Amino acid sequence: MSNATLSDKRPSSLRAAHLPKWFSWAVAAGSIALGLGISTVAGLESSIQWALIAGVLFVLATFVITSSVEGRRQAKDRVATSLVWVSFLLAVIPLASLVYETVKRGVKVLDGYFLSHSMGVVATSESGGGIYHAILGTLEQVGLAALISVPVGVLTAIYLVEYGRGKLAKAVTFFVDVMTGIPSIVAGLFILSTWILILGMGPSGFAGAMALTILMLPVVVRSTEEMLKLVPNELREASLALGVPKWRTILKVVLPTAIGGITTGVMLAVARIAGETAPVLLLVWGSNFINANPFSDPQASLPMYIYLQFQQSGGYGAAYDRAWAASLTLIAFIMILNLAARGIARWKAPKSGR
Amino acid sequence: MAKRIDVSGLNAYYGSFLAVEDISMTIQPRTVTAFIGPSGCGKSTFLRTLNRMHEVTPGGRVEGKVMLDDENLYGAGIDPVSVRREVGMVFQRPNPFPTMSIYDNVAAGLKLVGNKKKSELDDIVEKSLKGANLWNEVKDRLNKPGSGLSGGQQQRLCIARAIAVEPKVLLMDEPCSALDPISTLAIEDLIGELKERFTIVIVTHNMQQAARVSDRTAFFNLAAVGQPGKLIEIDDTERIFSNPSVQATEDYISGRFG
Repeated sequence: MSNATLSDKRPSSLRAAHLPKWFSWAVAAGSIALGLGISTVAGLESSIQWALIAGVLFVLATFVITSSVEGRRQAKDRVATSLVWVSFLLAVIPLASLVYETVKRGVKVLDGYFLSHSMGVVATSESGGGIYHAILGTLEQVGLAALISVPVGVLTAIYLVEYGRGKLAKAVTFFVDVMTGIPSIVAGLFILSTWILILGMGPSGFAGAMALTILMLPVVVRSTEEMLKLVPNELREASLALGVPKWRTILKVVLPTAIGGITTGVMLAVARIAGETAPVLLLVWGSNFINANPFSDPQASLPMYIYLQFQQSGGYGAAYDRAWAASLTLIAFIMILNLAARGIARWKAPKSGR
Repeated sequence: MAKRIDVSGLNAYYGSFLAVEDISMTIQPRTVTAFIGPSGCGKSTFLRTLNRMHEVTPGGRVEGKVMLDDENLYGAGIDPVSVRREVGMVFQRPNPFPTMSIYDNVAAGLKLVGNKKKSELDDIVEKSLKGANLWNEVKDRLNKPGSGLSGGQQQRLCIARAIAVEPKVLLMDEPCSALDPISTLAIEDLIGELKERFTIVIVTHNMQQAARVSDRTAFFNLAAVGQPGKLIEIDDTERIFSNPSVQATEDYISGRFG
């Protein structure tokens, strides 16, 4: 009886004032309305200023209202949460608008004909033509680059994680770090000076692939290294304790355990170099015709095709549409690679099912 | 068949740090020898010198002799890989290979080294799983991943994996410390059966366990942190637990320190 009266009179110390669930939505709606209002009144022309104003208002209003109702600790919590949301939205807006814009402009000429024909006898101002030669070139150049850099990169990573001790390993790690920072144009110039200027070879898809290899190699080494480090040491010891030689332990226990992550890393590296333009421009030169042989004569590639079409279009017309359609194809290609990487990672991940 | 181990004047280092100093002992075939002692006294380090796993740790280095019957494991020209085929090991935490099925886990040692026929492999896998008292629990799901088993089952899977390659000696590094009492009992029963075929050395923090499973017990201690661990005494388990010859052993066993 006395307890009941006590708890009636005094609020429990575990209970605190709490704002309703719709509070955040209401503040968000309010700040967007206010942001729009302010920018109209002030006559701001830009189409994103209202959103920035709304974002700032949202964070401020959340803090002020929460700290007066719920207290400072909850206010800080809510401000942190709303900051995360605002940053998330700010990061997503450019991505979403990029995808929207590319799809909107790209679908105009993107069809089976576009994907299966080259620019062979099509003048820049004419409509028609396609990107078959560019897709072929990109696939071959990227494929060759992957063919060189994946074995070398994976083996380097295995050396660094499983064997590397002392100065050599440190030096390799250092140079891999330096390679990560090489601008693509510099990689292109390096191959240009050695392969084309000194050795006297002509431009070819292979020359471009070598430059792409320089860009891809450090990414493959880094990601594979991280994945191999994630493999628990106990597994290596278990295998060694069974009397399995070290190289077989690496081949049969360590690599299979990490293969999902390694594949993802390789796919991401491929996606990264598939969009490179500078080295291709220097070394492959581009072509309007189908050239299936990557070892001689200029080839086309998707990023360069986009660049050339856009450059020649002057911002409108058939070439301009083709540039957008090729961009859409390139984005789709990279997205398919990413999805494939995720699929493989999931498929190869160590299973825990019962 | 089981082999005898003869250790004399063994020092184990991590880099320049002497972790275990001057150990000599004899381990008879077909017995269970338990290593007890406070944490950091070098029991596990010493255990790992018995199949040359110590040198897998970066900086790990060993001086002295370990005779397996009449061969020095640290002699010139000895291949550590062949040593580990003779002296198997079970670790503290169950560590089945996550990418392999139960069957492949048990067959791992054989598959990764030699080329055995499928029918032979089937027999060995069944025999090893029966030897590890796991057959009845997993015979219907040999193709499921080994990581789907419970902790105790996983540890018995690791034991099956270790005995599948027919070692002469089986080292166990606190094999029950991550397990519940029921699984621990299962493993202890298993140790009793396995000692018919193997020489078994087990490191344990659980003195009751040492008393239950072992024939001989070795007590390790270290003078202070940063000092090397030493073998204080080794004797029949009954004597160690009833009437040890060194005062420190009695203090440790009766719980006066440690």
